[in-house]
Formats: sequence, C-alpha cells, structure tokens
Amino acid sequence: MTHDTDDTEDRVSEPVIRLHGVRAELGSRPVLRGIDLTVARGEVVALLGANGSGKSTAVRSIIGQVPVSAGEIDLFGTPRHRFRDWSRVGYVPQRTTASGGVPATVTEIVSSGRLSRTRFGLFRRADQDAVRRALELVDMTDRARDPVDALSGGQHQRVLIARALAAEPELLIMDEPMAGVDLASQEVLARTLREQVDAGATVLLVLHELGPLEPLIDRAVVLRDGCVVHDGPPPKAVGQHALPGHDHVHPHAPTGAEPLRTGLLS
Amino acid sequence: MELLDYAFMQRALLAAVLVGVTAPAIGIYLVQRRQPLMGDGIGHVAMTGVGLGFLLNTSPVWMATAVSALGAVLMELIRWYGRTRGDIALAMLFYGGMAGGVMLVNLTPGGSNANLSSYLFGSLSTVSPSDVTAISILAAFVIVVTLGLRRQLFAVSQDEEFARVTGLPVRALNLLVAVTAAVTVTVAMRVVGLILVSALMVVPVAAAQQLTRSFAATFVIAVALGVTVTIGGTVTSYYQDVPPGATIVLLTIAAFIALTALAAPLARRRARAASAAQPAREPAECAIPATRSAGDEVGA
Repeated sequence: MTHDTDDTEDRVSEPVIRLHGVRAELGSRPVLRGIDLTVARGEVVALLGANGSGKSTAVRSIIGQVPVSAGEIDLFGTPRHRFRDWSRVGYVPQRTTASGGVPATVTEIVSSGRLSRTRFGLFRRADQDAVRRALELVDMTDRARDPVDALSGGQHQRVLIARALAAEPELLIMDEPMAGVDLASQEVLARTLREQVDAGATVLLVLHELGPLEPLIDRAVVLRDGCVVHDGPPPKAVGQHALPGHDHVHPHAPTGAEPLRTGLLS
Repeated sequence: MELLDYAFMQRALLAAVLVGVTAPAIGIYLVQRRQPLMGDGIGHVAMTGVGLGFLLNTSPVWMATAVSALGAVLMELIRWYGRTRGDIALAMLFYGGMAGGVMLVNLTPGGSNANLSSYLFGSLSTVSPSDVTAISILAAFVIVVTLGLRRQLFAVSQDEEFARVTGLPVRALNLLVAVTAAVTVTVAMRVVGLILVSALMVVPVAAAQQLTRSFAATFVIAVALGVTVTIGGTVTSYYQDVPPGATIVLLTIAAFIALTALAAPLARRRARAASAAQPAREPAECAIPATRSAGDEVGA
C-alpha cells in the first residue's frame, strides 16, 4: 500500500531512518558489510533475507543494541548517538527477549511502553488511556489483567506490539512480528499494522517471508551475507496462491539474479 | 507485650521490620532479572567491608556498605563486558571477598573470627542505637528507589533491550539496582547475617508468586511476607532462645511451602472460573498450541 499523502516534501528532506555504509561484527565475524538503507516518512519497508543474512543485526544496530564499527545511522535526521526522542520510535523485539522471572500482567507490560512519554515515570490519566487504546488496537482488552505467561505465542506478540504502540510512535520497528504467530493473531496483527500505516506511521519490518503483510509493503530490501542485494518493489509472488515457503531464494544464487519470491525461507 | 519494654528488643524489632520491607523490595527486581543469587554474591563481598571496618576501627556497617556497593558495581560491569569469562570473574569476587574478610579480621589486633560471626549469622540483640540509625537511613534509600522508580526498574528488569529503545538510562538503572541490593545486604546483615541475607531477598518473592498473577501484587505480598517472618522470627527468638536469623529464614521457607501447597487448588479454581466466565472466548485458541517455536511457519 503506497502513500499518496501530501507530505512529499517532508519525505525528500528528512528520511526517518538512514543507514550509510554500516558495518558491524559479532565477535570477529562481520555480520553487516557496508549497508545503505533509507526509509522515508510514511513508507513501509520490509527487510528480508535468509537466516544469518544480517537483517536482525541491521535493525538492532538502528536501535543501538548492536555496536557499529563503521558507517552512519540517522534517526529522524539526527545521528543515532545524539538521538533522544525515543517516544517517536516503537520497537517490537523478537518475542524471545521479553520474559522476566516474576509474573506480570498484560497491562503492566504494555504500560512500560508508555514510559518514554512520561516524566520520571509518573502516569497521568492520558497515559492510562493510551495504554488502554493500545490494548484495544490489538484486540487484547479482555486479557488486560491476565498474566502474560498464560498467553499463546500470537497473543504474546500482540501484547508486545501494544507495548510499542502505547507511546503513540511515528516509526515502528518490528523484528519478525509474524514468527510463531497463529492464524487468528496474524489477522489481528495485519489489521493493526494497516491502521497504523493508514494513520501515517512509518514501518520497518524484519520478515522471513512477505506472507499476509505483503499488500502493505511499499518496498523490500533484501540482505544476503551482510550486503544489500535488492532494494526496490516487493518481489512479485510467483503463483499468487502458492503456499508461503514454496519458493526459496537459493543462498548461493548470484547477486540479484533471480526475482525474489514470497517464500523467503532458506 | 513485655518484650517491647526492653530497649534492645525495640531496636531489634525496628531493624527486623526494615529488613522485612527492604529485602523483598529489591529482591523482586533481582528475581525478575533472573539473577536471584546476586544478593548472595554481594553478601560475600560485604565480608571484606566488615573486616576492613574492624581493622580501621570504624563502623563495620558503613564500611560494609561502601565495599559491597563497590563489589556490586564491579559485578554489574563484569556482566556488561565479561561475556565469556563473566562467571569465573564473579566467582573470584565472591570468594576473594569472603577470604579478604577473614584475613582482615585476623589482622586486627585482638580480632578473631568470633567477631565476624555476629555479621555472618546476624546478632539482633546486639543492634546498637548507632546501628539503628545507619539501618534506618539505608532502608529509607532502598524504599525510595524500589518504590519511586518501580516503573523504570520493572521495564529494565523485564526487557532490557526494549527499555533502551524507550530511552531509559538502562546502564544507570542497572547500576542503581546493584548498589541498592548492596545497601540492602548491609541493612540485613545485623538481622539475618551475610550468609542468609539472600534468602530474604528471594524466598518471599518466590513464595508470593505462587499466588499472584501481577507484578504489583507480587511486590505487596512479598513485602508483607517479609515483614511477617522477620517480626515472627524476632519474637520467637526472644521467647525460645533460638538464633533469630536462622529462625527467620526457616519461617520464610515454611511460608513458601505452605503457599505452594495452597496455590494448586487456587489455580484450579481460577481456571474453572475463567472458562465459566468466557465460554466462547476465541474458541480457535483451544486447537492451537500455547507456545510455538520461533521457526514455526504458519502461512495465511
């Protein structure tokens, strides 16, 4: 879904995310080998690639979780190390990172996403309302007082998205939001994302396959071995009704040789 | 209550209540971070502080506070930088701290390990008025941090990566948790002793979460339980002439066992109530496994 909003000038002047020549190592192994990536305001960009291609490392470098050895990262036109306006960014990590050793309710988890909008962590009525709205967006209001441990994988993912939405961010960064999510939750997630995009949100998604989010995506950036090998329109599905995962991008295929397909399982 | 007529018992009970509040209050964040034994490590390091206090003839409580805070910061730094050898470095710190304490006490003129034992196992009846002052000031600090910053500490202890993206000063907050835990260890040192201090940080929290479903309720019940067992242990030790520290810890563990036994029927009743209240809530969920592996691919 493309955006024909009237902020064309804004788009040209200030990309929301800009990576230039970004390199990163995990241990001594290079994971990103000079990546360029730009996400304009209102754009929905999917970061695709096989396991180990560096796509997760790329988003984690954007949020400052992975140290970068070279290159520049700008968020909203500000170098990342000087960027302080974190309430403009909503981050949805891979589901595995979020679990504590003490029970916590859905509301407690989602509330922590609102902290960036509060002063000294003091919650006002407006903050409580924002948390409630975020839960409504992902259709989890009836589970608000349940412990997160009692949720299914898909419901847990919806909670993590509500947590990111609680700050009412302009930019959503999501790492594999559809991984391990049941069908009912996938539909809720796709609908939630569509509503955010319609409201003007900018989205960067790490995806294993385009899947049910395909109609939302403006542009796809494909990584292979830490390099960008495709940056353009989302790869056309070959056989629209082919099952996801049916087509594979062969990891050893020459750079940009084949059109990329929906099922980027490798 | 005749025991309240004695000044030493008033001091002992006040100290016990302060420990009952502070130990679970900071312990809950350590449990949430899955580092429940951090208090134990700090307790070992604090021994060097106690020994240093004897050697320099200053207050062991304040010296232990300074040294264990330093040790806690060091542990936190090791956690950041020492990815691979972190556990080895922590072991060095623990045992070095304990050995240092024993060595320093024996270097003190006229000192022997007997002086240490009141810090190792607690010595409630010898809590002096100046100890009470120190314990009260330190406990106030712990309460202000654990309650005043509860949302921030919750977020950082729950999901560090996400907390960073909300702009929280994650490193500063982690250091604050470490230092607050160190302060709590020295608050509890005179009551339950350095060896047993970790029990009061961890076991009331573990016991509370047998019953609870939210962080807030876990916090409240853990602190209530902490106060109950510290008062109960202190009073018991007055009438029965048993060591208060050990009594308190054994009472805590008994409470854990009792609450665990109580939790099973409670959970069954909750499950029944939930299924009765919402019979048609997302029926499809029943057919879908509660957890999936990350690699599970479900196409539309």
